[in-house]
Amino acid sequence: MSTYAYVAPTSIDEVLSVLANAAGNGERTQLLAGGTDVIVQMRSFDNEPRLLVDVKHLAETNEVNIGDEEIFIGAAIPSGVLNESDELKSLLPGLLESADLIGSTQIQGRASIGGNLCNSSPAGDTIPALIANSAVCVIATRSGNREVPVEDFLTGVGTNCMSAEEFLVGMKIRRPPPRTGDAYLRFIPRTEMDIAVAGAGVSVTFDGDGVCTRARVSIGAVAPTALLVPEAAQALVGTKVDDGDLRAAEAACSEAASPITDKRGTVEYRRHVVGVLCRRAGAIAKERALS
Amino acid sequence: MMSKIHVSTTVNGQPEEALCEAQQSLLDLLRDELGLTGTKEGCGTGDCGACTVLLDGRLVCSCLVLGAEAQGKEVTTIEGIADADGLHVVQQKFLEHAALQCGICTPGFIVAAKALLDKNPDPDETTIRYWLAGNLCRCTGYDKIVRAVQDAAQELAHSS
Repeated sequence: MSTYAYVAPTSIDEVLSVLANAAGNGERTQLLAGGTDVIVQMRSFDNEPRLLVDVKHLAETNEVNIGDEEIFIGAAIPSGVLNESDELKSLLPGLLESADLIGSTQIQGRASIGGNLCNSSPAGDTIPALIANSAVCVIATRSGNREVPVEDFLTGVGTNCMSAEEFLVGMKIRRPPPRTGDAYLRFIPRTEMDIAVAGAGVSVTFDGDGVCTRARVSIGAVAPTALLVPEAAQALVGTKVDDGDLRAAEAACSEAASPITDKRGTVEYRRHVVGVLCRRAGAIAKERALS
Repeated sequence: MMSKIHVSTTVNGQPEEALCEAQQSLLDLLRDELGLTGTKEGCGTGDCGACTVLLDGRLVCSCLVLGAEAQGKEVTTIEGIADADGLHVVQQKFLEHAALQCGICTPGFIVAAKALLDKNPDPDETTIRYWLAGNLCRCTGYDKIVRAVQDAAQELAHSS
């Protein structure tokens, strides 16, 4: 393509046929939700003309459905809109807080969790929170929807498992059972408007005796993709998630991290901090589960 | 052949029609096609908030919205804040408190501050500072801006 073009399809089939036609013609496409990453990238390092496919005009990408078993969050819903739902905030406080950490009020008026996931940055704040909550990507394809757990969706820095003929419709999250809590913490050197040096998301479920029966721990900004850390979860299951248990999970996160040194932090610093964040997020998740 | 996109939108209550290119921003559309130059461009990457407008009632950076995305939407810019009776109280308080120096960030601050007071008429200082964290000012040091917003909130509370 010699110039940019823009289309705003209104159904899943229409998006898929636009993507398939473009692929057939060798045209580059770009999915567009809130645009807070895409438009910045278009103006800076990647200004090659392409067909912009706006996915905000579909019922499915704008849907929030809170069911008895499952919660569905459409890929294009701005985080500012999600954070106005008291029900979602009480069910998934950690996930909603992770979205609320990204950008200013203005950015949150556009930026979506689905976009954060598709941008696939190692430092995307919602991603460890999604993984901790066992979120599954619902991806539209020519042969129907396919579902991929978030931890398998990511394939590297800025890359994911979707082909150019597929797009993310939304995320499915198991409705948290009773006595479940989640939390996400990140470290930045200021209070707001920054990119994570390290981040950790934790979800824990307890039985009636206060023993942890299920745990999920994920870390961000310390590897090419956010990571699920089963060793940290194993350190919590079967325990009361007391300080010593959380310290074992902390050690497992530091061990699982494979960070780089850059302007935001060194390898040693990130490895240490990501463990501390896991311990602290675990304590918050426990408090939420048991309150 | 470049084909322009026809956009029908409502700006400050007025129906508007414009032609834009796919990669053109809403900011470009407002300034270059509709002549509404009150909205300023600062960074062009969504960091500074100088280009803040309301899109269907929600605060956004107009540099990070495509002109084409404004199709069928309602846009409110700084030009739509004052009414026939005069300045909005937020604008008046920015003047009284000298909450501006060079003025480039001011339209964005005023649109954002008014949106805050419309949503939360009695914000504390921390709420004001976090809400306005996406609006950068290199002149004032923010203190006068925060005081102007606090004073505007008080005045609105007394007048209602």
